[in-house]
Amino acid sequence: MARWPWQRRKTGDRRVSLVNRRQREILTAEGLRLPLTIASRGTRAAALLIDLFVLYMGILITTLVLSWIARGVGMSGPHASAVVRAVFETLVVIWIIVMFLARNLWFLWFELGPRGATPGKRMTGIRIAARPGRDGAATRLSAEAVIARNLLRDVELFMPVIFIGSALNAGSDTTLAGWASLVWFAIFALFPFFNRDALRCGDIIAGTWVVEAPRGRLDSALSLGEAGQGVSAITGTHYRFGDADLAIYGEYELQVLERVLRDNQPKVLAEVAETICGKIGWTSGAGDERAFLEAYYTQLRARLETGMRFGKRKADKFAGG
Amino acid sequence: MSTSAISRLGGLFSRRQHAAIAAAEAATLRSDRFRLEREGDWRRLEHIVGRIEAGRIGGLSDDDLVALPALYRMMVSSLSVARETTLDAATLGYLEGLAQRAWFVVHGPELGFRGWFRRFFGGGWGAAVRAMGPDILIALAVMIAGTVIGWLLVAGNPDWFYTLMPPEMGDTRVPGASRAVLHATLFGKARETGLSIFAAGLFSHNAGIAILCFALGFAFGVPPILLLVQNTGQLGALLWLYHGQGLTLDLIGWLSVHGTTELFALLLAGGAGIHIGRAMAFPGTRAMLDAAAEAGRRAATVMTGVVLMLVVAALLEGFARQLIDATAPRLALGFGMLGWWLAYFFAFRGLARTR
Repeated sequence: MARWPWQRRKTGDRRVSLVNRRQREILTAEGLRLPLTIASRGTRAAALLIDLFVLYMGILITTLVLSWIARGVGMSGPHASAVVRAVFETLVVIWIIVMFLARNLWFLWFELGPRGATPGKRMTGIRIAARPGRDGAATRLSAEAVIARNLLRDVELFMPVIFIGSALNAGSDTTLAGWASLVWFAIFALFPFFNRDALRCGDIIAGTWVVEAPRGRLDSALSLGEAGQGVSAITGTHYRFGDADLAIYGEYELQVLERVLRDNQPKVLAEVAETICGKIGWTSGAGDERAFLEAYYTQLRARLETGMRFGKRKADKFAGG
Repeated sequence: MSTSAISRLGGLFSRRQHAAIAAAEAATLRSDRFRLEREGDWRRLEHIVGRIEAGRIGGLSDDDLVALPALYRMMVSSLSVARETTLDAATLGYLEGLAQRAWFVVHGPELGFRGWFRRFFGGGWGAAVRAMGPDILIALAVMIAGTVIGWLLVAGNPDWFYTLMPPEMGDTRVPGASRAVLHATLFGKARETGLSIFAAGLFSHNAGIAILCFALGFAFGVPPILLLVQNTGQLGALLWLYHGQGLTLDLIGWLSVHGTTELFALLLAGGAGIHIGRAMAFPGTRAMLDAAAEAGRRAATVMTGVVLMLVVAALLEGFARQLIDATAPRLALGFGMLGWWLAYFFAFRGLARTR
């Protein structure tokens, strides 16, 4: 039996509510309510791993290449003269400081940019933003906030790793203090799991959160062109639906229909067309499903939007009106 | 109305817009006409926002930059209207995404890295230090207490020395060492090599401790206090050791070259940690999260300065201390640095008023 995608709403509901739980709204100075989606913890972990990988590979490779060059020109060898040695020493110093800055500035530099995201975050489609005040009013991201959230990274990330590593190393010899500090650092590391907004400690003291960066494409409108007028390009049939034919569905079904049309899979299109035909008592012909559905979509949208203008909305097929 | 707005903005998409207007007249749905009439402006805004996000602001024409606020406001009102009139999920999703991106650009980080840098040195750092005065006083009291405790513990039972200063290979600074041995650790290292690497290593180590001190303030300020006590306890123990051989002033000279800067940095880091802890434990009338965020941002400014101070301290420790081989100039340098920091933080009120 053909099934509408929305006939599976019982199981789909769970996923929807999981996404909804991450939905937040901020109120901009223009009085506009902007929806935001909190980035999931998994996405953030992935972004962090990408960043760390790139950062440490970069450090490793440059270190190896530079030391190879130094050996090549005979700088660090035992026969080098005092001056060459001094130069070499200075270079090592600069290198240690550059390493320190690289570890700390990587996140700072990128998050202070207009994208508010490190390369890892950019690749996973998330960015940082200032948390709104208690009234939901949007605030802007400040440089201090970015610094604050990154200063805590050591405690949250590197210290737990070191402690867990040493705890494993020590084996059964781990003292009580060792276990205590392990638990202590685990609290820091697992902090994002203990609050609704997935804030890590750095986010809390900086007043930031991590949200999904919106994608940018504008899909073409489906209600334009031949099919939108109700005329099939293939058969030349003129589809026109009566008010009763359109009254059975609401906004939710309209959105599902839009998704189906955009996915454009012939099998699904045929199933959906068959179901609609069954509901409104039409006999469906094969081969012209897309034009049929586009016409139905356009006319259903026209009906629902007219209702909207008069303040009457129909959420889904179960709603009255 | 929107047609006149389009012609006023003119520029990049105008030809495409004429085509769009023609298409709009042919569209069946009112919401589609709405969309087609404005789509050109939305795309132009998207183009500008994309350029700014990519950091290529120089590639934008003056026309575009002037148009940005107007385009942004038009898009905002488009979104409000669209939410009430259209069921086209593509349009709504696109506009919401675009509104978010444009909002981040229009109200993005208030000033770039360079602007922040100027504000930081032009008084922002000192202002942040002054704003956490009570916390710095607490940290100072803790550090003095730590030193005294270190001294008293070791004076009571010299075995404590090994607990406070974990023994290292070849370290001659142990209880019972002769005056000559201790004197040798303070003077006569002028010709040692590897100083600079030593200094850079020191810096990384100290910066790590300072950041830890700050970051742990998150746990209501208790860990920074413990960390301060532990670190100054070592100082007390050392003072006791050298005092026993009448080398107190020489040790102070040896320490003060970098120590005034380094201990000051540690003091500020501890103060910053306590500041956050105190704000979280006693947020007053604010929400706890708001209080933590406000304190955290101020503390972050101070911490940036702390890291810079530690760079200075490491340079002093690595070079100046070994190159200056007498107590008097060491003391002069050390306390000169202390005077400089005090003047910079408390006397210098900034080039421009900061928050």
